Amino acid sequence: MNCRDFTGFLAEYLDGELPGQVQALFEAHIAACPNCHVYLAQYRATVHAAARTVAPAPDTPMPDELVQAIAAALREQH
Amino acid sequence: MAESPGDDPALVEAMRAGDAAAFDTIVQTHGPRMLATVRRILSNEDEAREAVQEAFISAYRARQQFNGESKLATWLHRIAVNAALTILRRRKRHPEESIDDLLPRFLPDGHHRERFQTWDEPVDEALARRETAARVRATIDKLPESYRTVLVLRDIEGLTTEETAAMLGVSENAAKLRLHRARMALRTLLAPTFEGRVE
Repeated sequence: MNCRDFTGFLAEYLDGELPGQVQALFEAHIAACPNCHVYLAQYRATVHAAARTVAPAPDTPMPDELVQAIAAALREQH
Repeated sequence: MAESPGDDPALVEAMRAGDAAAFDTIVQTHGPRMLATVRRILSNEDEAREAVQEAFISAYRARQQFNGESKLATWLHRIAVNAALTILRRRKRHPEESIDDLLPRFLPDGHHRERFQTWDEPVDEALARRETAARVRATIDKLPESYRTVLVLRDIEGLTTEETAAMLGVSENAAKLRLHRARMALRTLLAPTFEGRVE
């Protein structure tokens, strides 16, 4: 397995979907290639960072005008 | 998705009965995260607010169909994402910017052309700083629409590949490939932030 093949399998590796033989080759490549080892860590960190940053802070309120607009729209539904 | 006060059975029952006060509580409780999600999909504040408003109207109309099999938050989020996708489809289509320059490049023998620098600081520590988290959000917004959307649905909303593919109207293989490319492009865009090259 070379770096190009390795890169193509990253998503399936993180999802635990690689067939056993391919996974063994993938892990052998991580052990042998420091550059891909770093790339895998950064790919995983990227997924984690995206998931962590979308949520608003717990104390973030809805904009007042949006709350009012929703309330008015729902009144029309009654 | 984490449990929230909105899953209170009495509140859900009041919502199903069309109680205005219950809906008000649900808007206040679930609205902020729905808004955050559709902002990531649409990258446009006016459209994001429109999507959330449409989502609550749809939820109100469909309230009797909520049977508690999923969490209220999950149900509302699916509705909000659908509302955002409807707005995306309505937009005038422009040719999408290529992300090929953000993907890894290889030598003829299959080795990476680039030597990757380690990100020294753990990502969680960097994200604890408000400005870093804001920069990551802004970077996600820079991804072309089709890549940003699949990333939001799979990695942020936690939908399965099957659900994501169905929502986007593409095959599961296409959704997987698009997600992989989106993650690689985002990694490239985030590298300066996590290598400390951005002040």
